Amino acid sequence: MEGNVWKFGDDIDTDIIIPGRYLVVIDPKELAKHVMEGLDPDFHNKINEGDFILGGKNFGCGSSREHAPLAFKGAGVSAVIAESFARIFYRNSINVGIPLLEAPGISKHLETGDKIEVDMDKGVIRKLETGEEYKFQKLPEFMLEILDKGGLIPYVKEQME
Amino acid sequence: MSMTMAEKILAKSAGKKESEAGEIVMANIDVAMTHDLTGPLSVESFEKIGTPKVWDPEKIVIVFDHQVPADSLDAANNHLVMRQFVKEQKIKNFYDVREGVCHQVLPEKGHIVPGEVVVGTDSHTCTHGALGAFSTGIGSTDMAMVFSTGQLWFKVPETIRFEIEGTLGNYVSAKDVVLNIIGQIGADGATYKACEFVGSTVKEMNVSDRMVLCNMAIEMGGKTGLVEPDEKTLQYVNARSNKSYEVMKTDLDAPSLETMHIDVNELEPQIACPHHVDNVKPVSDVDGIEIDQVFLGSCTNGRISDLRDAAKILKGNHVSDSVRMLVIPASREVYTKALDEGLMNTFVDAGALVTNPCCGPCLGGHVGLIGPGEVSLSTSNRNFRGRQGSPEGEVYLSSASVAAASAIIGKITDPRNIKF
Ligand code: SF4
Repeated sequence: MEGNVWKFGDDIDTDIIIPGRYLVVIDPKELAKHVMEGLDPDFHNKINEGDFILGGKNFGCGSSREHAPLAFKGAGVSAVIAESFARIFYRNSINVGIPLLEAPGISKHLETGDKIEVDMDKGVIRKLETGEEYKFQKLPEFMLEILDKGGLIPYVKEQME
Repeated sequence: MSMTMAEKILAKSAGKKESEAGEIVMANIDVAMTHDLTGPLSVESFEKIGTPKVWDPEKIVIVFDHQVPADSLDAANNHLVMRQFVKEQKIKNFYDVREGVCHQVLPEKGHIVPGEVVVGTDSHTCTHGALGAFSTGIGSTDMAMVFSTGQLWFKVPETIRFEIEGTLGNYVSAKDVVLNIIGQIGADGATYKACEFVGSTVKEMNVSDRMVLCNMAIEMGGKTGLVEPDEKTLQYVNARSNKSYEVMKTDLDAPSLETMHIDVNELEPQIACPHHVDNVKPVSDVDGIEIDQVFLGSCTNGRISDLRDAAKILKGNHVSDSVRMLVIPASREVYTKALDEGLMNTFVDAGALVTNPCCGPCLGGHVGLIGPGEVSLSTSNRNFRGRQGSPEGEVYLSSASVAAASAIIGKITDPRNIKF
């Protein structure tokens, strides 16, 4: 995975990622038109397919709305990287097939506009300009399997068969 | 092995003798709740999995509460999707637009008993731990798996035990206690953990107040709130449910237990200031801030005890001309009681607006949004930017008593300073 970084602060809540008034919509592409609207109403025009979201601590806190990771999915986000994640957002993201990389200390090293490459198997984020590498916590096997299948639905589907 | 309440409940639900923090277990779900807003996505995902029938139509509870009655075509469509699902799947426990907010309706209707595992597609599902259940919020895809298989994986959490001691002063409530705790440990202070509330103050509290504590566990990152069942719990549960249940309690020498002591003797009313729930200050620090709207309601403080607290202050007084006050009972049962006790007359006479039981402006989707630059004082649980309407608005959180006093003055007001 390779793409640009978009950096945000601590405690980014799901009301910022996708405000409550859009929850009547469930199409990821439609949701993507309002992604991060709570902080930057124009964000959906800036982000490109394959980019990364970078947050501080407690990323995704608040409401359990799955619309939040779906909005990222609709916008083509490859992964969300943060110092730490709130738990429901964590489950939801893995379940819809968005990898989450927990990397304490990471926000010191990366800025908006940095180009990075991520190696899921090795648990490494590489800054392309300088070649510097940062470690993240590798996901447990069964979560990697869920991501590999494209989310919890195809995973359960396969198990039910 | 010594275990916490959370470990015991999860072990039992996974068919095991023991479980310990950090372990991943596959739990059998006892109650699965969804509502009009996150329900349609759960149904869509369930249909994608392709299982023809839900695992158990008696264990699913569906409540319409976020956008009732439908305030837009999209909302009306969502309701149609859910009604269709209820019919097709023969869901027994369905509460259409009239019943109230899910986290009040489930305990009231006897769906929650001690020792069970409850999941809901709503982050405040942690409220039900007040009755000694392991109850937690999940996403819609998780719910689709539950609908299909009746099971869900959990990482068994560690437990923080908040030992709350002391007597609450006049106009100081459970809301102030929990806001104070969140202010101390921060919005991620209990991430992934079970938050157990114990101590003499909690013993004194009624079930409603304990629900306030557990409701806000998620605002410190908690996976669930928990209160050990006692006579008050059992009285509440036995009056409403005929399910059998098992009471489980934490062993004090459980290895995954961490304790924090809180003394509430000197506690004054607390306010969470914009735009984070952990930005908590004593009311004296923010006294005098002008407000445009007061919202009394939600799954945090829309219960009969909250309405009584507010009515006591509002009786014979008038809401300030510069303030719109909304009173939204959390359920039909609360509404009826408030009518019987004459509380609704007090609110309407004071110039407040009373609406049907629902979530109201709590999440900025339904009635009573605030505009740019406006300030809301709300008894709900979240004050994130844009939560109640415009991202340029501001939301403060308080107890029902502070909300009522402030509505009269038109500014954030400490009810203890004023003779009503
Ligand atoms: S009252 Fe507010 S917090 Fe409670 S369920 Fe409704 S929207 Fe969520």
